[in-house]
Amino acid sequence: MFALVANQKVVRDWPCFGVVLGGSFLPRGGYTVLLFKMQFMLLFSRQGKLRLQKWYVPLSDKEKKKITRELVQTVLARKPKMCSFLEWRDLKIVYKRYASLYFCCAIEDQDNELITLEIIHRYVELLDKYFGSVCELDIIFNFEKAYFILDEFLLGGEAQETSKKNVLKAIEQADLLQEKSHSA
Amino acid sequence: MALRRMPAPIRLRELIRTIRTARTQAEEREMIQKECAAIRSSFREEDNTYRCRNVAKLLYMHMLGYPAHFGQLECLKLIASQKFTDKRIGYLGAMLLLDERQDVHLLMTNCIKNDLNHSTQYVQGLALCTLGCMGSSEMCRDLAGEVEKLLKTSNSYLRKKAALCAVHVIRKVPELMEMFLPATKNLLSEKNHGVLHTSVVLLTEMCERSPDMLAHFRKLVPQLVRILKNLIMSGYSPEHDVSGISDPFLQVRILRLLRILGKGDDDSSEAMNDILAQVATNTETSKNVGNAILYETVLTIMDIKSESGLRVLAINILGRFLLNNDKNIRYVALTSLLKTVQTDHNAVQRHRSTIVDCLKDLDVSIKRRAMELSFALVNGNNIRGMMKELLYFLDSCDPEFKADCASGVFLAAEKYAPSKRWHIDTIMRVLTTAGSYVRDDSVPNLIQLITNSVEMHAYTVQRLYKALLDDISQQPLVQVASWCIGEYGDLLVSGQCEEEEPIQVTEDEVLDVLEGLLVSNLSTPVTRGYALTAIMKLSTRFTSVNRIKKVVSIYGSSIDVELQQRAVEYNALFKKYDHMRPALLERMPIMEKTASNGPTEIVQTNGEAEPSVVEAKHPPPVTQPTNQANDLLDLLGGNDVVPVIQTTVPTKPASAGGELLDLLGDLSLSGGPAPAPATSVPSSQPAFLLDGLTSPPLFNDIAAAGIPPMTAYNKNGLKIDFTFERANPNPNIAVITIHASNSTEADMTDFVFQAAVPKTFQLQLLSPSSNVVPALNQGTVTQVIRVLNPQKQQLRMRIKLTYTHKGSAVQDLAEVNNFPPQSWQ
Repeated sequence: MFALVANQKVVRDWPCFGVVLGGSFLPRGGYTVLLFKMQFMLLFSRQGKLRLQKWYVPLSDKEKKKITRELVQTVLARKPKMCSFLEWRDLKIVYKRYASLYFCCAIEDQDNELITLEIIHRYVELLDKYFGSVCELDIIFNFEKAYFILDEFLLGGEAQETSKKNVLKAIEQADLLQEKSHSA
Repeated sequence: MALRRMPAPIRLRELIRTIRTARTQAEEREMIQKECAAIRSSFREEDNTYRCRNVAKLLYMHMLGYPAHFGQLECLKLIASQKFTDKRIGYLGAMLLLDERQDVHLLMTNCIKNDLNHSTQYVQGLALCTLGCMGSSEMCRDLAGEVEKLLKTSNSYLRKKAALCAVHVIRKVPELMEMFLPATKNLLSEKNHGVLHTSVVLLTEMCERSPDMLAHFRKLVPQLVRILKNLIMSGYSPEHDVSGISDPFLQVRILRLLRILGKGDDDSSEAMNDILAQVATNTETSKNVGNAILYETVLTIMDIKSESGLRVLAINILGRFLLNNDKNIRYVALTSLLKTVQTDHNAVQRHRSTIVDCLKDLDVSIKRRAMELSFALVNGNNIRGMMKELLYFLDSCDPEFKADCASGVFLAAEKYAPSKRWHIDTIMRVLTTAGSYVRDDSVPNLIQLITNSVEMHAYTVQRLYKALLDDISQQPLVQVASWCIGEYGDLLVSGQCEEEEPIQVTEDEVLDVLEGLLVSNLSTPVTRGYALTAIMKLSTRFTSVNRIKKVVSIYGSSIDVELQQRAVEYNALFKKYDHMRPALLERMPIMEKTASNGPTEIVQTNGEAEPSVVEAKHPPPVTQPTNQANDLLDLLGGNDVVPVIQTTVPTKPASAGGELLDLLGDLSLSGGPAPAPATSVPSSQPAFLLDGLTSPPLFNDIAAAGIPPMTAYNKNGLKIDFTFERANPNPNIAVITIHASNSTEADMTDFVFQAAVPKTFQLQLLSPSSNVVPALNQGTVTQVIRVLNPQKQQLRMRIKLTYTHKGSAVQDLAEVNNFPPQSWQ
């Protein structure tokens, strides 16, 4: 099936990617830097355990771990009465706590923080509808489903579907398809 | 030999349950290692049945932080499988474990290509999602055609995903943008909200990247306005409703696209004026979702060429936001106000007291923004009140703010101090409360300020002396105090202070304090240097010369080389050059004010950081203020320039105003837009510049009197022409309009024009027409400069241009000397 590629050197520094840790995504050709983009979303517990990580920018595992560690620390240190936004490196972090889970998004400079809160809320509503009164355990034991739902709602960091009903319908159909292929 | 079949790998949920029972990290690691070993064996067996389950488990363990790279190829195998369940996990695994940095990911390309053409839309969806999330440039190049095809499908489920996938492709490979243009033709006629939303995102992406696309899509403005109108006016739609608002996500994206299309374009801006007003007034504000839309609306109004009524509406919305109980709303209000304070200064001033209240907020981000905004709002009228609040803030704020706040206070005080006494008191306050946080260059700046406030010397030295008695730990304070005592110690002991009750202090007490600084562990070497020199200076001001001689000779053998050198030289001064000592240690002359941030220049005149005060080669600093000042100017090669009339204070370096503290450091610049002339008559401005002129742009005013235009600058494709008019009735005012044009093929964005003139002139810059100079001479940026030239001197100007061109920041300085004589005679 596959001819295993003999040379599996991991390329560490392709010059065409001007992605600096946490920085804006610089395309080739030196065009204007893009400033509306969700770079990543993290879900973590109050003890700092990661429950979901969705990255929309290419970073090495090491970099992801570093960012996650720092950000989790920063967010967990926030007092309850503080606002949901903070500046971190050159990104804006929008976070909200739902029960024992923190939902944390990193957006770029020009993005609208308030609508990002709505995006987070919409995702939580979707999870809630799907799992029926979702709690952290649901996400832990069904993490792959949480990803599937996220991937029906957002694509490349942008909302692909603004109707709750349609997202859930798509998931439902995909689940059915999975059932069928399993039993096949 | 019987083949022993491996037992079926444990299920995912069971593994999760098991791992969660681990009581220690070590126990967990052991479980993970065991399971990983089992999974590895299973992979080696090329077991198709359980590959999916194993990869899923691997993904879980990866999330816990354990390495999972050995599963990468397995993900590819899953993607290539025909079973949907395999593909689902396979693609998920690819998105989690692979990225474009690994060669391996390219192997996905073929599978994705096949899956993009799959008969089942959910498979196509998986492929689109994966490509749109993590596709590398190579993959995007290979698959762009497929994405483009899907962008034209009538299946809205796929079309919306294809649109976002196209966005990703364009981000990775901008050259491919053109190929998606045909498919965008009727994207906005879709009824499906998902497609609409993603289409608007795609259009936004294209417009942001290419001025040609932007121009091309401007014609969509009426359609976008219609769609937005329908969303607002339509009745309750359960599918898209969020707290009574119909599809807020789509509304926000449309508003954003309108912003981009309307920016710098009068017609488009006018076409969207009504809908913006409608959204601004009709949106429900009780929940976050309504405020999110209002926020986007405000951002759009401020960015396009909106009429003033609409702008006022926008600022008022922000003002209301400031009073909202919700911290998040207050935060975005402050952020937005910070962006608009330069252009709509007076409107923002109206909300000053609310902004100042935000300094007391508990949230760090809100405090920071409130601080920045407060500094931006300080002017000659409100300086006393504002400074009181800001100093109070300085007292109580977190250390992370203190340096910036202190700098801001110094700057504001320098610009707007109502009196010298107030200025010095303010500085004292900063030094005593945040003395360890002030920046290094504050010390020479303050010394210069104090030197020049001749009538305050006695008061200043007394206050500084008292401060030293309290606390010698804050080095900037100690350094300034030492310097002052060295200079004005005679005033201190003679009790000449007029401003407050003079204290009784003897020479010995003063020397005690200074010697205390020399020995204290808290003093840095630099501080010690200051202290020693101060003691030395007092030898010509005090009578207890013997004591001073003794101290100086002790430090001749100091371990600190700097101190030793000084002491040795001072010793020499006592012995061999005693006749020169009085002249050398004379009072410092008034230093010409060169810059608020020129530490190096001032260090030269101050001589404090330089040990060689005594070398015979150096001429003594004899008191000849004006000549020396001129020499100074020649040295610096610059003209001393009067601070330009400007109603806004430059804030942190990050903002536009910060450029003032820059290369043209010895010139005070007027940079950036001044408030719109129609509404603002800054009260700090002397009356004559606006004598008899009530109407805005002066091109309406009379008469050019035939002054020929000139080209002031022409380099790298940027050409700036000046045209002239005389303002009536004041013939001393020349009105210059700059016309900036750009002959290159790329726009020059964030264009800022700044100008400085010699001291005898005064300069006012009004708002520029825009800050984008379009490519290929398609338009010009104009800006009006008014120059007051009462002495009819020859007009000279130094200009500074900053802009962004093809992604990089460009900056240039130039002298303009070729003004036609009629413009200044």
